[in-house]
Amino acid sequence: MKVPGAYYLAVAAAMFCIGAIGLLVRRNALIMFMCVELMLNAVNLTFVTFARMLDDIGGQVFVFFTLVVAAAEVVVGLALIVSIFRRRQGATADDVSLLRG
Amino acid sequence: MEWAVFVVFAIGALGGAGGVVMARKPVHAAMALVLTLFSVAVFFVMQGAHFLAAVQVIVYAGAIVVLFLFVIMLLGIDQEDILDEPLPAQRPLAMAVGVALFAGLVVLGRILEPTGATADRGSATQGEVSNVERVARSLFTDFLWPFEITSALLVIAVVGAVVLARRVGPSTQSDQLEVGADPGSDEGPAALLEHEA
Repeated sequence: MKVPGAYYLAVAAAMFCIGAIGLLVRRNALIMFMCVELMLNAVNLTFVTFARMLDDIGGQVFVFFTLVVAAAEVVVGLALIVSIFRRRQGATADDVSLLRG
Repeated sequence: MEWAVFVVFAIGALGGAGGVVMARKPVHAAMALVLTLFSVAVFFVMQGAHFLAAVQVIVYAGAIVVLFLFVIMLLGIDQEDILDEPLPAQRPLAMAVGVALFAGLVVLGRILEPTGATADRGSATQGEVSNVERVARSLFTDFLWPFEITSALLVIAVVGAVVLARRVGPSTQSDQLEVGADPGSDEGPAALLEHEA
């Protein structure tokens, strides 16, 4: 018996909201980044669910592009975090509240 | 049977997501992230997206989480997070925003109906063709130009990461000027190794 698509969508919505809460609550830059990954994954799950519900392969192809963009985003973001942490020992986002270095 | 698998991995996905948010140490958060990513891969398999499930495990659980762990280990920032909050209203407000977001999404999902228009890009499940072939057919015909652009995006990301992570760069030149260091003494990986040795 097939699980209806609405249940997958509910799980994806819950994952997205947990990621959003984490992004707002946590102050460690790395964990904030992981929360962004969580939100991206929730959206991917939504895409795949709609690809099945509407019977359209375009949703799955779109997830492929999302994966590529997420990989590029992680590479650049982690390089930014590394260069920030190298300059100051703090691990929180509050340490980089100034526009100048 | 399928319901049992769904329930188990839904608990896994949401529990992992909660673990990412609540873990004190970044390493534990990364492990919880792996649990969530793997559960999502199982959801992909259950919905017939076999290619994406494989890519999810290889790219996300394989590459991206390992990259996170590399950064955690290399920088030695595995200390516990500071828990005192400078803004007292932040946590309740964040919770309220999150719950409102979830409620809004549920309401939207209730109101909106998919149009049910037939897809001209091909079906996701009907017919004899395997999932990998369907994705490949669509990717290399309808989405060929975006696919080529993603290769440019990856190259740009690699160049950007190298520029940002290099020790000698625009971000460190001001340091050298302030301490009056010899700019030629700290160039290249060989000098770096000598400096650390």
